[in-house]
Amino acid sequence: MVKRGFKLPETEEGTVLFNTSPIILKDHYEIDYIHSYAQDSPFFSGLANGKLLGSRCTQCNIVYATPRAHCMGDGAKTEWLEVSQKGRVHSYTNCYFGGEQFLEETPYTLILVEFEGVSTLLLSRLVGVAFSEIHIGMAVQAQFRRNSKFNATDVYFVPEDS
Amino acid sequence: MRPVYMVSGGITKFKKASPDKDFRYMVKEAFDYSLGDVPNLTVDTIDGSVCSYFSDHFTRQLMAGAMVQDYLGLNPKPGIRVEGGGATGGLCLQTAWSQVASGRMDIVAAFGFETMSRVNTWKGNEFIALASDTNFDYPLGGFYTGYYAMMAQRHMYEFGTSVEQLAMVAIKNHHNAIHNPYAQSPMELSVEDVRSSPMVATPLTMLDICTMSDGAAVVILASEDAAAKLTDRPIRISGVGSGTDTMRLADRSHGNVLLLPRESESEYKNLRWPGVHSFMGARAAAIAAYKMAGIEDPLEQLDFVELHDAYTSSEIQTYEDLGLCKFGEGGSFIEAGKSDLNGSVPVNPSGGLLACGHPIGATGLMQAIFAFWQLQGTMGSHLGDDALQIENAKIGAVHSHAGTGTYITVTTMERGF
Repeated sequence: MVKRGFKLPETEEGTVLFNTSPIILKDHYEIDYIHSYAQDSPFFSGLANGKLLGSRCTQCNIVYATPRAHCMGDGAKTEWLEVSQKGRVHSYTNCYFGGEQFLEETPYTLILVEFEGVSTLLLSRLVGVAFSEIHIGMAVQAQFRRNSKFNATDVYFVPEDS
Repeated sequence: MRPVYMVSGGITKFKKASPDKDFRYMVKEAFDYSLGDVPNLTVDTIDGSVCSYFSDHFTRQLMAGAMVQDYLGLNPKPGIRVEGGGATGGLCLQTAWSQVASGRMDIVAAFGFETMSRVNTWKGNEFIALASDTNFDYPLGGFYTGYYAMMAQRHMYEFGTSVEQLAMVAIKNHHNAIHNPYAQSPMELSVEDVRSSPMVATPLTMLDICTMSDGAAVVILASEDAAAKLTDRPIRISGVGSGTDTMRLADRSHGNVLLLPRESESEYKNLRWPGVHSFMGARAAAIAAYKMAGIEDPLEQLDFVELHDAYTSSEIQTYEDLGLCKFGEGGSFIEAGKSDLNGSVPVNPSGGLLACGHPIGATGLMQAIFAFWQLQGTMGSHLGDDALQIENAKIGAVHSHAGTGTYITVTTMERGF
């Protein structure tokens, strides 16, 4: 049976238009993911407990500062170990811009940290020092958030106490 | 493997935003240009395609390659999309090469595009940053200019490279682009201009970095027999090499240099390599491509190079990876004018990414097209200006590069007539 007079309901949600020739409009998109750190989870729970955990290959003993469950060199499983919380600046940059999510935090400093006896580096933030004083080789030490966010920002670095 | 030739190419003008043409239309425009340049080349003669675009975030349309395929009238021929960050175009070129080299296809269309104007610049930086490790790097405020800036700092620390030398790359490439009507930002610059433009991530300023762009490019490759029927000016793809490195800069190794034929270990006995100052994947790609092409002395044998200068610093680093100079000498190489248009090996005569723009999926193909026109000797007719034509260019190299060197391709091209 045909119903007469049927119409789509009207709404008050409009469309944000920037231009009409061609038509350019605002197209919103956002999403929450269900994200797992999977085999790297102990690193993040380590940060929450004030520990910096790395990976040591069970076969060749190479130590990775940024963890990985298998060794890049020989493919063997790695085991967790605690890495020193003191290191040195391997390289750095002071960021005055960034991805949109981080613009409000600018300027901030990214550093690659090198640790004695560890083969690879760790990317982190450096705080508590004037930009002009940051240099490659500078001694730094880890500090941890009191209330963890369970992400890589739970650890950051400050100049080492002299 | 059988010989493969490039027989045609087409590019749209790269610009900040192209809202009146979507990605399909842009590719169609470049495709029609490539068909128009070779009268016997028609849609019917093409056996299949390889599609190149980097980011589904920018496109906001999954399977966009399938939409280009139908728009170009290529159904039901085979098609595939390749993706590898900033190197997507170079990987597309080499995938298309393998379609012909393997004998699967006689004529293949490699098409690429990116529509980066769909978000603002800093959202775009966020999208690109999602092509770094999203557990360990991105949440810290990591983004690509920041990563390359740390590499540049380390290059400066290891080798004494200066910010003025970085600026010279921007000056050279933007200057070359004055004669390239396809380029997005041709201009005359001074060191002062580059250094006084807004700082993004020390030591890199806005003018040390390429821009976001909309654009498309199409390359047509063919077998020897097919090429002979299409053009009297084919360009042979003489060397194909590619390499990789770790996604995270933090995981880069410190060992010995991968040597090119004329280098020796003793030259680098005090250098821990690649660290974060060099691109191991680029060196691996160069070694493979040069071996295939029989190139032993790239500085002497290459007539020009189109390389991936998303940052001034990465152009200097890449001189070294490609063996145009020794590791550590990239800064003095630009300063001595060796990569100028009239230098010993012109680098980025087109203007490169810095000046042409970097619509990611199109970029690696764009480089191949400028190299193709150089080797054909047709720069003047395609650009309407002869100024960028390198006289008697016979061998060139194109280098495509993704995220701090994670994927790299080096392709050498030689005049085939």
